[in-house]
Amino acid sequence: MVKEHDNLDSHGEQTLSLRLRVWRQSRGTTGHFEDHALAAVPTSASFLEMMDMLNEQLIKEGKDTFAFDHDCREGICGMCSMTINGMPHGPLPGVTTCQLHMRNFRDGEMITVEPWRAKAFPVIKDLAVNRSAFDKVIQAGGFITVRTGSATEANNTLIPKPVADEAMDAAECIGCGACVASCKNGSAMLFVGAKINHLNILPQGQPERERRTLAMVKTMDDAGFGNCTNYGECQAHCPKSITLDVIAKLNRDYLRARVKEFFSSTGKPRKGGD
Amino acid sequence: MKLDSKIPAGPVADKWSNHKAKMRLVNPANRRKYHVIVVGSGLAGSAAAASFAEMGYEVSCFCYQDSPRRAHSIAAQGGINAAKNYQNDGDSVRRLFLDTIKGGDYRAREANVYRLAQVSTSIIDQCVAQGVPFAREYGGLLANRSFGGAQVSRTFYARGQTGQQLLLGAYSALSRQIGAGTVKMYTRHEMLDLVLVGGQAKGIVTRDLVTGEIKAWASDVVVLCTGGYGNVFYLSTNAQGCNVTATYRAHRRGAGFANPCYTQIHPTCIPVHGEDQSKLTLMSESLRNDGRVWVPKDKADCTKPASEIPEERRDYFLERKYPSYGNLAPRDIASRAAKEVCDEGRGVGQMVDGKRLGVYLDFSAAIKRLGEPAIRERYGNLFDMYENITGENAYRQPMRIFPAVHYTMGGLWVDYNLQSNIPGLFVGGEANFSDHGANRLGASALMQGLADGYFVLPYTVTDYLAGVGLTGRPSVDAPEFKAVVKEVQDRTQWFLNNKGNRSARSYHKALGKIVWEKCGMARDKAGLEGAIRDLQALRADFWKNILVVGSGDQLAPELERAGRVADFLDFGIMMCLDALHRDESCGGHFRTEYQDAGEAQRNDDKYAHVAVWAWQGDGQLPVRHTEPLVYEDVQFTTRSYK
Ligand SMILES: Cc1cc2nc3c(=O)[nH]c(=O)nc-3n(C[C@H](O)[C@H](O)[C@H](O)COP(=O)(O)OP(=O)(O)OC[C@H]3O[C@@H](n4cnc5c(N)ncnc54)[C@H](O)[C@@H]3O)c2cc1C
Ligand code: SF4
Ligand code: FES
Repeated sequence: MVKEHDNLDSHGEQTLSLRLRVWRQSRGTTGHFEDHALAAVPTSASFLEMMDMLNEQLIKEGKDTFAFDHDCREGICGMCSMTINGMPHGPLPGVTTCQLHMRNFRDGEMITVEPWRAKAFPVIKDLAVNRSAFDKVIQAGGFITVRTGSATEANNTLIPKPVADEAMDAAECIGCGACVASCKNGSAMLFVGAKINHLNILPQGQPERERRTLAMVKTMDDAGFGNCTNYGECQAHCPKSITLDVIAKLNRDYLRARVKEFFSSTGKPRKGGD
Repeated sequence: MKLDSKIPAGPVADKWSNHKAKMRLVNPANRRKYHVIVVGSGLAGSAAAASFAEMGYEVSCFCYQDSPRRAHSIAAQGGINAAKNYQNDGDSVRRLFLDTIKGGDYRAREANVYRLAQVSTSIIDQCVAQGVPFAREYGGLLANRSFGGAQVSRTFYARGQTGQQLLLGAYSALSRQIGAGTVKMYTRHEMLDLVLVGGQAKGIVTRDLVTGEIKAWASDVVVLCTGGYGNVFYLSTNAQGCNVTATYRAHRRGAGFANPCYTQIHPTCIPVHGEDQSKLTLMSESLRNDGRVWVPKDKADCTKPASEIPEERRDYFLERKYPSYGNLAPRDIASRAAKEVCDEGRGVGQMVDGKRLGVYLDFSAAIKRLGEPAIRERYGNLFDMYENITGENAYRQPMRIFPAVHYTMGGLWVDYNLQSNIPGLFVGGEANFSDHGANRLGASALMQGLADGYFVLPYTVTDYLAGVGLTGRPSVDAPEFKAVVKEVQDRTQWFLNNKGNRSARSYHKALGKIVWEKCGMARDKAGLEGAIRDLQALRADFWKNILVVGSGDQLAPELERAGRVADFLDFGIMMCLDALHRDESCGGHFRTEYQDAGEAQRNDDKYAHVAVWAWQGDGQLPVRHTEPLVYEDVQFTTRSYK
């Protein structure tokens, strides 16, 4: 997408001049955009390296840098989280912000950079938000109960390859929150659906299946995430290509769990409780 | 400095079970009265924290990311070893033990390595039970692959995301405990110091990265699982926040730092492309199972596209030099071979600083043999990642790769119980030095992190707690805590107040250049001496001219970076010093003076020991101590992969 032009850096690489409109917000304030110009951005740089360059320029001017979340810079930790030109993780499908490279932008382009926008993810500073609501959902039931040392021999549990593959497809979710940020309702169904699918289709996940589903959905609702009304934006912006069918399966599992819960609560009391 | 390795007596195969039988226990009713601090939520930290909580201890766990799930263990791609022998190819605990000792170039502690191989099998059981979706065969059994120079298939994997899946497993166990209230998790907290009371580790001081609050935490024991120090090189495959601060601060409080010069350079990373680059990306070593490494025989061909260089003008240098291992030669050896051909001027790809630093990793033969779909099935995500970063399609043209800093074998010195020389300070995972000697085998770090966290620390920490009893925990109001809090506050304020003119990142880059050039893949006396001088000058400049923007009561990335770079600068000096004082070549430590036509020359008579450095004061050079390595079971041999 890089246009023909003759901006070259010392390695003979093409560079871009950019206009950046970046969100600035400190604790207790409502926030606003700040405009900056940045020149000589190599097209091989990643989006975050471009942000580093902007921050270094600000330091030279003695100004505060833009805070943003990032760590691995290789698309796996799920920490980076920028809404670029209105799109969580930017314009390319299937990549995180840290894996987006500047060769996807044009010389002279104006780029808008914002944090995730969602009620359940309040802004901490500038481009960094608080996603601890995701952790709370996992803490409620996103696990299989197995104490250290209590596991049986691994190959005693046979898992057909297609089942293992399907679990792995769902387990690839990096917990970034782009699904929530891209949804008009701020729904977390793609994230929760991915985790529930990962665990609920495995044989090891069966004993806690209903309990897990009910607890995670309840915590999700309590955390202020919105309802799913099938916009499908989450799937379009998910960097790990988690698909909407995890939501369909989550809905089925939830219904199933509710029905079971209903019968166990109207029939004989469950022994042992939990 | 007293360095008692506390290796239990008896034959190597029985040491761990004998030792476990003798260790003391804590009465279940008393366990909740003990407070265990775990710093780090990677494989080692999460596994340890979850296990301690399941046992009944009160646990506090800290990490600098916004969620424990984001620790850098998440980035491991290739796999995890275990001596299951599911492939019936002759693997066993003993063979994994011997491979690890040999891979580490006879610089690891025998007893620790044997225990690691022993518990490896339980790790797989534990992870499968947690729902880790390892790769499977059609019959439903676990699949394996051969990895990083092993002649057996003992590596378990989950596509190219093994670390992610293992960490999500450990994170789920940790989350269960957080949900149950038995672990208090403090995210976005950075440990900035260790607190000793009466010579024992009794707590830490942290900074809340969101509010800036500097706070002391008292405990009965402190467990550091804070990862490796690869970022001393600025460019590495580590995450941006990976740091030496936690371990270096402990070092300043008296903990010995072992073998800092043992760093691993991984052969298959995407080459450096420019000045503003912030990190290097690893291409999983598993690629070497099907890719062939080559450069042109003739310099003149280096600027031509690969497709125009005919077969007979290519030098498959690993296959040529190491016929029995070929492209699977161990990491240090493969890395050095790549450096050599590039130094000869036969590298490929972009010129950076007047050199072409890249070699081809070519899949055309494998694609011809197995078909593109098979290669896509095996490595699809890696090929995508490569294309994303370089803009090149590796199905059509060979990848370009070059070695990059990846892992650090050195770390805080620990005894057999993973306890440092400071009583009450335990260290697990990459942060300790224990199991990999001078070079780590592929797929063995995940194994070690989980071994430490699930199967070693829960026993050894319990034994320690049983020994100190219930009266040991001081209050955070004790003067020792107040003093350390004050020091941390002063240092933080100093950074914010200093009217400098140079950013922490620019110091970090300068530091990285020095250590990469002088203490990277090849080292020599003059270079190391020069590096130490240069680093001392850089350090002096840093403490004059560092500029930290931002304020202390909010997220302040520049403040965090400055603190980490300050510790890396001191640490870099120690690393070069360690390299300078090890007059031999072994594993990842290659001193050009000690070689036999390119092969590392060990000196077992003089250097079969762990070098352990003791801190002497700000700006002073540390002092070297040693722990002799006594091999009761294995014999020294020359490590040859020819
Ligand atoms: C790209 C890559 C690929 C790899 N692939 C493999 C592989 O295929 N197989 C293999 O066996 N090994 C692999 N390794 C090595 C392996 O992943 C690591 O050695 C291992 O995961 C380290 O685990 P850990 O728990 O010790 O540390 P980490 O996972 O790094 O965790 C460190 C934790 O400490 C916390 N922390 C650090 N400093 C502080 C501080 N000052 N205050 C508070 N908290 C702090 C962090 O927040 C984090 O939670 C790979 C490494 C990399 C970089
Ligand atoms: S489902 Fe996709 S977008 Fe949502 S958290 Fe997971 S990886 Fe991110
Ligand atoms: S920084 Fe880790 S996914 Fe982007």
